[in-house]
Amino acid sequence: MWIMAFRIAVRALGRNKLRSFLTMMGIIIGVGAVIAMVAIGEGAKALVRQQIASLGTNLLVILPGTVTVGGARTGAGGRQSLVDSDAKAVMSEIPVVTAASPVLRQVQQAIAGDQNWATSVQGVAPEFQQIRNWQVQEGRFISQADVDSTAKVALIGQTVAYNLFGDDDPLDNIIRIKKIPFRIIGVLGAKGQTGHGTDQDDVVMVPYTTMQKRIMGVTYVQQIIVSAVSADKTQEAKDQITLLLRQRHKIRPGADDDFNIRNLSDIAEAASNSATVMAVLLGSIASVSLLVGGIGIMNIMLVSVTERTREIGIRMAVGARSRDIMLQFIVEAVVMAAIGGALGILVGIGSSNMIQRIMEWPVLVRPDIVIIALLVSGGVGIFFGFYPAQKAAHLDPIDALRYE
Amino acid sequence: MAFDGTAGLHFSDSSSGPSRLRSDSGTEVIRIHDLHKVYKMGDIEVEALCGINVTIQRGEFVAVMGASGSGKSTFMNIVGCLDRPTSGAYFLEGQDVSALSSDEWAHIRNRKIGFVFQGFNLLSRTSAVENVELPMMYNGLHGKERRERALEVLTLVGLEDRLHHMPNQLSGGQQQRVAIARSLVNRPALILADEPTGNLDTKTSAEIMELFQNLNAKEGITIVLVTHETDIAKYAQRQILFRDGLIISDSKKEEKLQG
Repeated sequence: MWIMAFRIAVRALGRNKLRSFLTMMGIIIGVGAVIAMVAIGEGAKALVRQQIASLGTNLLVILPGTVTVGGARTGAGGRQSLVDSDAKAVMSEIPVVTAASPVLRQVQQAIAGDQNWATSVQGVAPEFQQIRNWQVQEGRFISQADVDSTAKVALIGQTVAYNLFGDDDPLDNIIRIKKIPFRIIGVLGAKGQTGHGTDQDDVVMVPYTTMQKRIMGVTYVQQIIVSAVSADKTQEAKDQITLLLRQRHKIRPGADDDFNIRNLSDIAEAASNSATVMAVLLGSIASVSLLVGGIGIMNIMLVSVTERTREIGIRMAVGARSRDIMLQFIVEAVVMAAIGGALGILVGIGSSNMIQRIMEWPVLVRPDIVIIALLVSGGVGIFFGFYPAQKAAHLDPIDALRYE
Repeated sequence: MAFDGTAGLHFSDSSSGPSRLRSDSGTEVIRIHDLHKVYKMGDIEVEALCGINVTIQRGEFVAVMGASGSGKSTFMNIVGCLDRPTSGAYFLEGQDVSALSSDEWAHIRNRKIGFVFQGFNLLSRTSAVENVELPMMYNGLHGKERRERALEVLTLVGLEDRLHHMPNQLSGGQQQRVAIARSLVNRPALILADEPTGNLDTKTSAEIMELFQNLNAKEGITIVLVTHETDIAKYAQRQILFRDGLIISDSKKEEKLQG
């Protein structure tokens, strides 16, 4: 029964190849557009995620609180309330924290041979590498021994390496910062720009103790960056760090914190959400073309029913029931939509790859979307084939046989 | 003959042998009692049939005649289970079919009635053998058996060498033969032929009518033929004349009955 209806459908479509193809075109474009648009949206989402991941995974940043000097507040980070032992305490006493590193930053002129370059000099602990998920391209990262001995060692970022050494190997060369010679122990891997356009590779990293004593002459730290065990534990980590630091800083109940904790996963979520909104938006715009494709099928099916009125009459005269006729036309519509859907998937995947190649925009074809697209196009066939099929099934055989 | 070979197939169902729902003896194919049909055209009611009584026996070859508007087409539609009578009873092989649902009608048309039309009504771009197979698509008969039966009836109408021709590659007479083969393929109780020679020239018409005569005489197939041509009606044994929704004459050719 079904096989027969399928055969009849394939033959009927084969008789009007061009027309069938043009009708399928609507579905092909519709499904192709949905797949390509969703792929672009998903690609954008992945890109956002990747950018956020490049900042570090499950990242929390502890900043000192504000300070009021003569009625003027300094803004976040103005106080000097954080010290390196805070970082150590956070790491050792809070189970959901995997690592914590003090950070101090200052722009300094770095000099190597006859080249010089103003860059961000950062004092960090060994844990910094893990927290920021930063590769070392060559050499090694700062060790605990470097920190303990306030060693005059440095790692340089790609941008600094290029500007001071060109194509030469910078390893074991000397750079001078504030007239202090630092031995280069490593070159950092490329990290690219942040979402705001800051070049993360324009950096020199030194042990934070060296930074405090030799470069800045301070005892506090500017911030502590912390990594939580997982993204959903960041809130818990934040709460526990607040408790611990209030205790360590001897803040009375009811008094304001002398620090701020920022949760980067919130930012990540917001960015990822906006990418999702974009994906949904693109997908729904593309769905409209699928709808238009469905209307095209309905249109051509109505024409087909009218054209084949006599055939319907003959079939009824020789014993086809209404439901046989109905099935025949619905199957025809579904076959058309399904073939269109299958071709649309190919077009969608193909154009996604083309967009990726030509526009260098990352795309991600989701297999579930492909399956949904195929099911939806079948559904479109049933939905838009139903009315024409019903019209065919309810023809009066006498009128149908007489139809010219 | 070839057709006897098919008797072994289970398709002859209730048409041969004693069975359910039979009002009378097994020899009656059609019994119509006080059949009325009224059409409503807006506010006007037109009575197309005003009380028809007729009985057709198995193996009869009946010509239904009448001018257009005489009610013969309405009669044919009702006999062919395509249209419902306003009142009256219609027994087909003893079964009251006037009260059946349209799906049951489809089943009856499939199993008990073979249609032959003036315009042949073959599916275009579909080969002769596939056209003949068409009625069997709607009774679940499978591929091989379907093909065998189609070949059998096409041989019976003399088209065994035109099996894979498309209708537009066949002459009018050949197309009508395909249509006749199609009407025979499910071994119906009767064949309803509506002006089967209306689109054919005289010579071909004669050939087709001889084919009908042969099928009637040799295979014992009951045939009801609608025509307005007296020449064509002469091939039948019995002639029923319609005028203004009534049967005004019903005559049998005695010599043919004996032959």
